[in-house]
Amino acid sequence: MKRIALLGMPNTGKSTLFNRISGASARVGNWPGITVDLMSAKILLGGHIAELVDLPGLYDLHGFSDDEQVVRHFFANNTVDLVMIVLNSAQIDRQISLALQARALGLPAILLLNMRDEARRAGITINVEAMSKQLQMPVVLISAKYGESCPQALQVAAQNLDRQHASMSPEQIAALLQQDSSIEREMESIVKNAVQMPAQLTDQLTNKIDRVLLHPWFGLPLFFAAMYLLFQFIFAVGKPLQDGVAWLLAGLRTEALGPLLTGAPAWLQGLLLDGVFNGIGTVTAFVPIIVLFFIIMSIVEDSGYLSRAAFMMDALMAKMGLDGRGFVMMLMGFGCNVPALMGTRVMRSRNLRLLTMLVIPLSLCSARLQVFLFLTATLFTATQAPLVLFSLYLMSFLTIFLSALIFKGRYASNEPFILELPPYRFPTLQQIWLRGWHEVRHFLNRATKFIIIGVVLVWILTHVPGNVPPASQATLAGMIGSWLAPVLTPIGIDGQLAIALLFGFVAKEIVIGAFAVIYGLQGDALMHIIAQKLDWVQGMSFMLFTLIYTPCLSTIAVLKSESKSMAFTLLSIVWSLVLAWVISFIFYQSARALGF
Amino acid sequence: MTTLANLHPGESGVIHAVHADESLFQRLSALGFRQGKKIEFIRRANFNGPLHVRIGSTDIVLRESEARRIQITH
Ligand SMILES: Nc1nc2c(ncn2[C@@H]2O[C@H](COP(=O)(O)OP(=O)(O)O)[C@@H](O)[C@H]2O)c(=O)[nH]1
Repeated sequence: MKRIALLGMPNTGKSTLFNRISGASARVGNWPGITVDLMSAKILLGGHIAELVDLPGLYDLHGFSDDEQVVRHFFANNTVDLVMIVLNSAQIDRQISLALQARALGLPAILLLNMRDEARRAGITINVEAMSKQLQMPVVLISAKYGESCPQALQVAAQNLDRQHASMSPEQIAALLQQDSSIEREMESIVKNAVQMPAQLTDQLTNKIDRVLLHPWFGLPLFFAAMYLLFQFIFAVGKPLQDGVAWLLAGLRTEALGPLLTGAPAWLQGLLLDGVFNGIGTVTAFVPIIVLFFIIMSIVEDSGYLSRAAFMMDALMAKMGLDGRGFVMMLMGFGCNVPALMGTRVMRSRNLRLLTMLVIPLSLCSARLQVFLFLTATLFTATQAPLVLFSLYLMSFLTIFLSALIFKGRYASNEPFILELPPYRFPTLQQIWLRGWHEVRHFLNRATKFIIIGVVLVWILTHVPGNVPPASQATLAGMIGSWLAPVLTPIGIDGQLAIALLFGFVAKEIVIGAFAVIYGLQGDALMHIIAQKLDWVQGMSFMLFTLIYTPCLSTIAVLKSESKSMAFTLLSIVWSLVLAWVISFIFYQSARALGF
Repeated sequence: MTTLANLHPGESGVIHAVHADESLFQRLSALGFRQGKKIEFIRRANFNGPLHVRIGSTDIVLRESEARRIQITH
C-alpha cells in the first residue's frame, strides 16, 4: 500500500485538509519509532489504496520541539511514497522554507498552497508554474476549508505516487539540512519570481477587531465577559434539550423497556433498568449540553480569539511559571483535559511542559460540569445554581494558580514565548457539524467503554449480598463506605457518596450514573431524594472534591504517556487528592463551625 | 541600531540581526524574523506583557526577553 504523509507548519489547515480527504475513515494509530499516536486514513487515489498520515505541525524539519522530533523519527522509521506539504498561501514568503527543506532531504513531495481564499482577499497572487519549476515539485493552490481545487490536488498526488523514499536517520536529516544559508537565498528568489504581494498587506477587518478586543484595559474584561455570555447561551439553549432527552428516556422506560422485561427475574430487571438504564440515562441527558458546549468551543478555538487571550494573559501567567499558551490549554481543558494535555507538546522546555501538565487536570472539564449541573440543580434554587457553578469555575482557576505557584520552583523554565496571531476566522457550518458529531461519537465511545461497566459495578456493589436493602451498610458498597469513613467523614461525605467518588476515578460521568444506581431512581425522583439526603454544605464539599481530584483514567493514561514518567504521574494524582481533601475539609469544617 | 524591545507601538524598523541560540534562532526565522525584513511594532500587553509585532502578513507576539535579541535598524 502507498503511504502519503501530510506535512506543514502549525495552523496551515492540515487537519482541515485531512478531514476533508479522509471523510469518516480516520483512525488513531501507532507508528514505529514514535510514541505519540497519529491520525491516519485509507483513501482511494487513482486506483491505488493509499494510507494518509497526518503528521504534527512543525516549523522546521530540524527543530527541537517534541513535535519536530516526532516527525523526524517518523521519517526515520517509516517509508513514504509521497509527502503533501501544506502551507498557508498568505504567508508563503516565510513558509516556503519547509518545502525547500523537504526537497533538500530528497522527499518525494507535492506542495499544496492552502487558504487561497485568504491570499486572494489579501491581494497576493502566486504564479504556480514559476514556483513549481523553481522548486522542482508540483504546486497546487487550494482551499481546504471550502474544498476549492482539492480534487485537483488529489489528482496531482495520484500522478506522483511512484517515487518511494527510503527511511533516513535523524542524523542524516540533520546533515542534509545544514546548508540553511542557501535555503534563505532560494526563498528570496522564489518569492521574487513567483509571488506578488501588495504593499499594504494587513487584514483591515482583523486590525479593527483587534483594536477593540486587545485594548490594554478593556481587552481582558471583554474576554471574560464574552466567555460568560457564551456559557449563558449554552445553558439557555441546552436546558430545554436536556429536559427533552430526559422525557424521551423516561417514556422509553415505561412504554417499552418495562413491559419488555416483565417476564425477566427481578434481579435482572433491577440490573438492567435501575442499573444500566438509569445510570446511562442520567448521563445521556447531559449529552446535548456537552455537545453544544464543544460546538461553541470549537467556534472560539477556530476564531483566533484564544491566541489573543494568550497574549493578554501571558504577563500574569509568567508570574506563576507558566505562559500564555498554558492559559489557552487550561481553557481547552474546560472541554476535556485529554487533548489539552496533548496540546502541551508544542512546549520545548520539559519543565514548563510538566508544570502545565500538572495544572491542566484541575480545569473543570465538561464531564465534571455534568456532575455540577446535576447537583446544583438538585441542592440550590434556580437563582443560586448559576452562582454556585460560577464559583466552581473560579475555584478551578484558583487551584490551578495555587498549584502552579507551589510547584513553579521545582519546574522552573525559561522557555521563550513566541506565538502567531492568526486572522479572525469563522468555521463553516460543515466544520461545526463535524465537530458536534465527533463529540457525540466520543461520548458513545466512553459510554460503552467506561460508563456501562462503571454503573454495572456500582449496581453489583450496592446489591450484593441480595438479602439486605440495596446500598445499605451490609452491602459491599456499605463496607467500602465504612472503610473509607475515617477519611471522608471529616469532609461530610457519607458511605453512599463515597462509592460515587470511587468510581469517579474511572470517569466523572459515572458519578451521576452511580447516584441513579445507588438510589435506584432517575430524573426528578432522584433529585428529590438527594436533596433530602444531603444538605448544601455536604453537597458543596462533594463538588469541591469532585472538582479537584483526578479527573479520569484517560487523563492519568495521557499524563503517563506524555510525561513518560511514573513519578510525575503519581505526583499529579497524589497532589490532586491531597489538595481536594484539604480544600473540602477547610470548606466543610468552617461552614459547619459558622453554623450552616 | 537598537533592539525590537526599544521600539514604541506604531514604529517600524528593519531586522538587522537575531542573536539567539540555534533552536530559538530557527523558530524565529521560521516565523519570518530574517535579516532585511521589515518589522512593525503594533502594541504591547499591559503589565510588561508580550509585544505584538507584524512581519509581512504574519502577526506574532513575543516577550520582551526575546524582543531584546532582535536588532533593528530604522
Ligand atoms: N480561510 C481559510 N481558512 C482555512 C483553510 N483551511 C483551514 N482553515 C482554517 O485555519 C485554521 C487552522 O486549521 P487547522 O486545520 O486546524 O490547521 P492545522 O493546525 O494545520 O491542522 C482553522 O480555523 C481552519 O478553519 C482555508 O483553505 N481557508
